Amino acid sequence: MAVTKLFGASIKRREDPRMITGRANYTDDVRLPGTLSLAILRSPYAHARIKRINVEKARQLPGVVAVYTGKDLADTLAPVPCAWLPPNSDLKVPEYRALAIDTVRYVGDGVAAVVAEDRYRAADALAAIEVDYEILPAVVDQEKAVAEGAPQLYADVPNNTAFVWRLSGGDVEAALAQADVVVSQRLVNHRLIPTAMETRAALAYYNPGSGELTLWCTSQNPHIHRLLLSAVTGLPETRIRVISTDVGGGFGSKLPFYAGEMIASAIAKDLGRPIKWVEDRRENFVATTHGRDHIDYVDVAAKRDGTITGIRVRSYANMGAYLSTAAPGVPTWLFGLMLSGPYTIPNVAVEVYGVLTNTTPTDAYRGAGRPEATYILERMMDLVADRLGMDPVEIRRKNFIPKDKFPYTVATTLQYDSGDYELTLNRALEIVGYDAFRKEQAEARKQGRLLGIGLSSYVEVCGLAPSQAAGAMGFQGGLWESATVRVHPSGKVSVFTGANPHGQGEETTFAQLVADELGVPIDDVEVVHGDTGRIPFGMGTYGSRSTAVGGSALVYAARKVRDKGAKIAAHLLEVSPDDIVFDQGRYYVKGAPDRVKTFQEVAGAAYLAWSMPEGVTPGLEETHFFDPINNTYPFGTHVCVVEVDPHTGQVTFRRYVAVDDVGHVINPMIVDGQVHGGIAQGLAQAVYEAAVYDENGQLLTGSLMDYAIPTASMVPTYEVDRTETPTPVNPMGLKGAGETGTIASTPAVVNAIIDALKPYGITHLDMPLTPQRIWQAIQQAQKGS
Amino acid sequence: MKHQITVTVNGTQYTSEVEPRLLLVHYLRDVLNLTGTHVGCDTSQCGACTVLINGEAVKSCTVLAVQADGAEITTIEGLAKDGQLHPLQEGFWEMHGLQCGFCTPGMIMTAYDLLQKNPNPSEEEIRHGLEGNLCRCTGYQNIVRAVQYASDKMRGQPVAAGND
Repeated sequence: MAVTKLFGASIKRREDPRMITGRANYTDDVRLPGTLSLAILRSPYAHARIKRINVEKARQLPGVVAVYTGKDLADTLAPVPCAWLPPNSDLKVPEYRALAIDTVRYVGDGVAAVVAEDRYRAADALAAIEVDYEILPAVVDQEKAVAEGAPQLYADVPNNTAFVWRLSGGDVEAALAQADVVVSQRLVNHRLIPTAMETRAALAYYNPGSGELTLWCTSQNPHIHRLLLSAVTGLPETRIRVISTDVGGGFGSKLPFYAGEMIASAIAKDLGRPIKWVEDRRENFVATTHGRDHIDYVDVAAKRDGTITGIRVRSYANMGAYLSTAAPGVPTWLFGLMLSGPYTIPNVAVEVYGVLTNTTPTDAYRGAGRPEATYILERMMDLVADRLGMDPVEIRRKNFIPKDKFPYTVATTLQYDSGDYELTLNRALEIVGYDAFRKEQAEARKQGRLLGIGLSSYVEVCGLAPSQAAGAMGFQGGLWESATVRVHPSGKVSVFTGANPHGQGEETTFAQLVADELGVPIDDVEVVHGDTGRIPFGMGTYGSRSTAVGGSALVYAARKVRDKGAKIAAHLLEVSPDDIVFDQGRYYVKGAPDRVKTFQEVAGAAYLAWSMPEGVTPGLEETHFFDPINNTYPFGTHVCVVEVDPHTGQVTFRRYVAVDDVGHVINPMIVDGQVHGGIAQGLAQAVYEAAVYDENGQLLTGSLMDYAIPTASMVPTYEVDRTETPTPVNPMGLKGAGETGTIASTPAVVNAIIDALKPYGITHLDMPLTPQRIWQAIQQAQKGS
Repeated sequence: MKHQITVTVNGTQYTSEVEPRLLLVHYLRDVLNLTGTHVGCDTSQCGACTVLINGEAVKSCTVLAVQADGAEITTIEGLAKDGQLHPLQEGFWEMHGLQCGFCTPGMIMTAYDLLQKNPNPSEEEIRHGLEGNLCRCTGYQNIVRAVQYASDKMRGQPVAAGND
């Protein structure tokens, strides 16, 4: 191995060999003899009463083993739980049954489940189920849903309003009253569909001998899913094992706890046969959670010199038909707390209406609340700059929290850990050649060509902590992470982490951390994740938390191992532990480096235990639960350069520069990869992707033909760079890198396109900025002039 | 009514009785237990199920197993020879061309076809050639680099520096 210190090295991923040879083990790849196939009949109507279900014909079909309706499962399964309950928000959690009992509330709501010998027979059986629906009026738009006379989803949720959440700091009304200018804008942050390439799947097996239920499923957080599965089935956690080792992408959509996995588990227990359920893509589009879907009314107060003095936001967040697991936390805390971003805005007020509609439930989608906040701020910075005749760079510079003010407490009471926002801005401008571009743009405009440049400076909150704060926010869990480092007698190491990577590469980065701490070859370290039967407990992977919280937990656990090893080595070398030096896997006596015990020798001695120091127990294994004292705050600046064709509205990406600061970096190759993928997703929201419902609640973009995930030729080359400002809240200075790209890129792209359209006097267009939308705006602007 | 088919998959001949409606991808996965070929959409947009049929990249969710009767099929499991990774597999590993890995087998099989037809493609040609395969994780940049790596290696050119 060429590298001796692994921290900071771009070593190749250790998860790749199985994935590039077709030997990974995703949920649908798991084979158990005697497995039956489960399929779920879903409502074709957005809102309807179920008058009658006739399953007899389906039951008679060859190969069909059983058919279940909502009533059949009502006693076996408690409702699908909601696990984020923001206090003081008049929250109402409507009952969400795994299979609807008398009313369906979105296209995709489960109605019946069939079990058959294979997936083809299960599909036949679905087609043979007869359901009489009484169609009810539906509402899909959140502003219409809260208006008077709107169809009501629930008798006990007036105005379809599941919660109203408010947060303020300072005095925004005074700021608006005293402002030189107030800039107001309605912004639509439209609905997206996460679309991991692997759809959701579950394989449930109940062993009547041991009474244990094993559920393989596509989960970002298997321990949380085990806890919730225990709650809905009544089986104790000790009798449930959840396994999610290889997961084909999540982006937040595999964080919630869903009906499909519950149904598979209940039927597996009922029939005593393994039950496999695999969503097809059409089903994934309606039955797996969506993201975003905000309508935001924003007022910004500013002084004439560009100083922003206040921001007031009223949001209507579309929650869909039910409240998904973490959904209420996304448009509230994860959004509202970040509404001053990287700026010194002293007065902030936000009011969020969580609205129920006849659509697929929404929940976390990569960034979860923070992209929504960043989009508002970065769009408004440009609008204010435009009003004041300022350069977009200057207004950001003017309002940045200065680097010498950290730790800095913002109006919403968060304390930002560390940052140097101007550094990333300067670096990004330098890479893109900002001044030269402005000259080129001016020349191009003379020729009728539309070039535009867009900036997005952001700060995000990651590694949410401490658990006490989770409690205050109504999150029904802790925000710590666990790690166990088990050294085997040979000196080989197993690392058990409660994080559950599904593409983020922690089988590699976590091994880098532990190999460094213990001075062992990385090939001697295995990283075990995604199995509640092997790992003590864990909170899972989401919110860019795994490295900052889970990685830190295992650094602490490894250090405990090292310290115990030092006591054993001292005993074997007959010196005081204070005289032992540990370096690169060797314990030696201070001043006598030839008196040495290797880490492997110490591991062997710990298990033989023939001669242990006083008070030291045999074995070499340590567990650490790490609950950080604070969140981390990655930041950066992205710059996008586009050209818009004035005749067609077509956008061409010319440059995309990202300068991110995620603290110290364990594996630069992996961080770059995270940034790339994040940019593609955020950029896609700006110009391609949108979930579109018709007024009856039919999802019009319900296939990969209609929902525009970018292909390789639809995205630019990303130029990524970074600065490194460590966080003081964890030992390695790690901030988290999973969402920066998604958070930053959407406004950067929109700002670039609006900048290109400036000659037409266009100051804002809602996303996605498709050629049609841009072309229409150009036509209207020309008509107007 | 079942039909008998004989197919050669990764060099091994199989004879099976299949229903006429059975998709090739389900035949590979559920009958032959070759689970490296994935199902991402079953409407032929995502390309995760791409395999080689008689040397050409085909989305195996678009093909019935009975249509493959008599065909030679290569799946991702059959790409490495004698324990040696194919240059494309090597390229994806070296260049961090995968994250969750779910699209990877199909992406590699499509790239295989692309490099057969055009051994030295430009970046634009690579991006165009991969349009039938969706990746949600990587943003495609490192996939392009992986294909470039394989192209260089297969033509005996020095490869770009990979990762350690």
